Amino acid sequence: MPKPHIPKLAVWKFASCDGCQLSLLDCEDELLAIAGQIEIANFPEASSAIVKGPYDLSLVEGSITTPHDEERIHKIRKMSKYVITIGACATAGGIQALRNFKDVNEFISLVYARPHYISTLSKSTAIADHIEVDFELRGCPINKNQLLELISAFLQNRKPNIPNYSVCAECKRRGTVCVMVSKGITCMGPVTHAGCNALCPSYNRGCYSCFGPKETPNAASLSRWLLEQGVEKEELVRIFRGFNANAEPFRKESEYYEK
Amino acid sequence: MRSLSVKKVNIMKNKTLKIDILARVEGEGGLKLKISNGIVKDVQLKIYEPPRFFEAFLRGRDFREAPDITSRICGICPIAYQLGASHAMEEICGVKVDGQLKALRRLIYTGEWIESHVLHAFMLNAPDFFEAGSVIHLAQVYPEVVKNALRMKKAGNEIMVVLGGREIHPINLRLGGFYKVPKKRELRALLEEIKWSKQAAVDSLMFISKFEFPEFKQNYEFLALSDPDEYAILGGRLVSNCGINLPINEYDNCLVEEHVPHSTALHSHLRGAGTCLLGPLARYNLNFEQLTPLAKEAAFNAGLGRHCYNPFKSILVRMVEVIYAFEEAERIIEAYEEPDSPAIEVNPRAGTGYGATEAPRGICYHRYTIDDNGIILDSKIVAPTSVNQSRIEKDLWDLVQANVGLTDEKLKFFCERAIRNYDPCISCSTHFLTVDIERD
Repeated sequence: MPKPHIPKLAVWKFASCDGCQLSLLDCEDELLAIAGQIEIANFPEASSAIVKGPYDLSLVEGSITTPHDEERIHKIRKMSKYVITIGACATAGGIQALRNFKDVNEFISLVYARPHYISTLSKSTAIADHIEVDFELRGCPINKNQLLELISAFLQNRKPNIPNYSVCAECKRRGTVCVMVSKGITCMGPVTHAGCNALCPSYNRGCYSCFGPKETPNAASLSRWLLEQGVEKEELVRIFRGFNANAEPFRKESEYYEK
Repeated sequence: MRSLSVKKVNIMKNKTLKIDILARVEGEGGLKLKISNGIVKDVQLKIYEPPRFFEAFLRGRDFREAPDITSRICGICPIAYQLGASHAMEEICGVKVDGQLKALRRLIYTGEWIESHVLHAFMLNAPDFFEAGSVIHLAQVYPEVVKNALRMKKAGNEIMVVLGGREIHPINLRLGGFYKVPKKRELRALLEEIKWSKQAAVDSLMFISKFEFPEFKQNYEFLALSDPDEYAILGGRLVSNCGINLPINEYDNCLVEEHVPHSTALHSHLRGAGTCLLGPLARYNLNFEQLTPLAKEAAFNAGLGRHCYNPFKSILVRMVEVIYAFEEAERIIEAYEEPDSPAIEVNPRAGTGYGATEAPRGICYHRYTIDDNGIILDSKIVAPTSVNQSRIEKDLWDLVQANVGLTDEKLKFFCERAIRNYDPCISCSTHFLTVDIERD
């Protein structure tokens, strides 16, 4: 009898903080079980035992910011059956996409004494801007339970159960009183993709959109509402320029108010 | 378990050895060695991590955003960034966070030390002593040891979750304190696991102490924060074993940054005096007396002396600090009384401020200048790995020279180990690992 096929997992890093791939190592209760069902074939942060491709599942963390990485991502696509991007850097360009609104050469000379040593692109972009991606998992960082759900769904060849409604829906579901209505706290919940279980409002804090725009967000309406509440335009621009600044609905909104 | 046997091979004339991707470190980098007639000619620790320009895009942001933005420098030690930034801003605005709020900050920091140190000791470093590729391989031989390590790591992460909302990039810290403080019972619910973990950490240290450690000793200049009241985590003076004793705002006069062509991370070194070492070994050597009796006793039982100059033994020191961190967490929770307010209000005023804390890998330094409206005009952030990089290169230089007769494969592995001793966080320092050995 032929041996059952053990899926091969690879984890790739681009410009990022390592937090999303760390989520996998933070699955303390499940890690050994996962390792029993999947071959962790290429995960340099956790293992020096690297197995050659092709891979069944590639998890990609980080954004594309260098000419070298622009090429590397295509190679990864070619040797992977499925490519899943994890986290705000990979799905939207991350906090480093703030360069997209400025002159990157000015940035280089601010940080580095010898700018000619640095090779970088003028924009930080999402993986899906370069290759076809099979699923995008949001968050800064991702929710590790969603990552587990995604890996299990992949193993069972089914659709992952990852809702795309807003953080507001999560607040209602867990019974958190609206911080914007009851306390006048600025909150990105209405336009933000679910996934954190509305964490910030449960800590008396407004959502600051770690998970980026939900499907069809009404960002313009939120902006008008915030302006009526006395939020300044400059602050509004900063609110939309967080970890998902380059996600289109947020980028358009911040650019509109920057003029 | 196996030590590195020195197998004599012909010492080739000219040679370059390359490690293209350094595994089991956080971030991406590599190493290039040049050896000529058996003499080491060059050692370059290469950092490929793409630059992310935090210091540039912080300009124009609101001062209250700095903790959340800078935490995204590193997913492994976000608290170091959140608190470093907070301290600097609070200093500018004339706010001092004390009492229970300060204790809660120390508590969440112990959680970060635990999750980071246990991650490194067991998942990144311990496999080296068995020539195992990863913790998964290690778990096949020592399942209980690995299960206990994962449970300790989880206990550290639980502290982060209860106090910070989540393990990675916690959401509950702000200038002046927290958005919401925990109830007494919420913290006390952690005690059972913390007490179990404290004992597990002692046992794990004993397990690790039986590893075979390569003989290697360096004359380090250790640099750490030092606080007269406690084993420094949240702040203190910059102190070294070679006479440095300065307040944090003298940091820029003490350490200078240099931009080298082979790295996107700026290298820092002591002004006029060369390399220094930050992190667990530095803290242990400089602040040993302030450890708890249990941590000291465990250290001695594990064969550590009052001082430790062998970087391969830093794994032991990390576990001593894990024991200490669990004890501190227990002490803070036992003494916890819910404060009247979750935060002190911090109103902006123009000025420059400094913040430095002991991240798991060593001093993490922040400096900001803001205007009267709280808009950030300038910032400087130095991660501990940027300072340790040149010290790692020095270790490698001496290590390779002493073992130049090893086969390339063994030499590469030895070098990778020497790098992992430092638990280098390359994501942070970009601000690694491929080893290249060139013999000519």
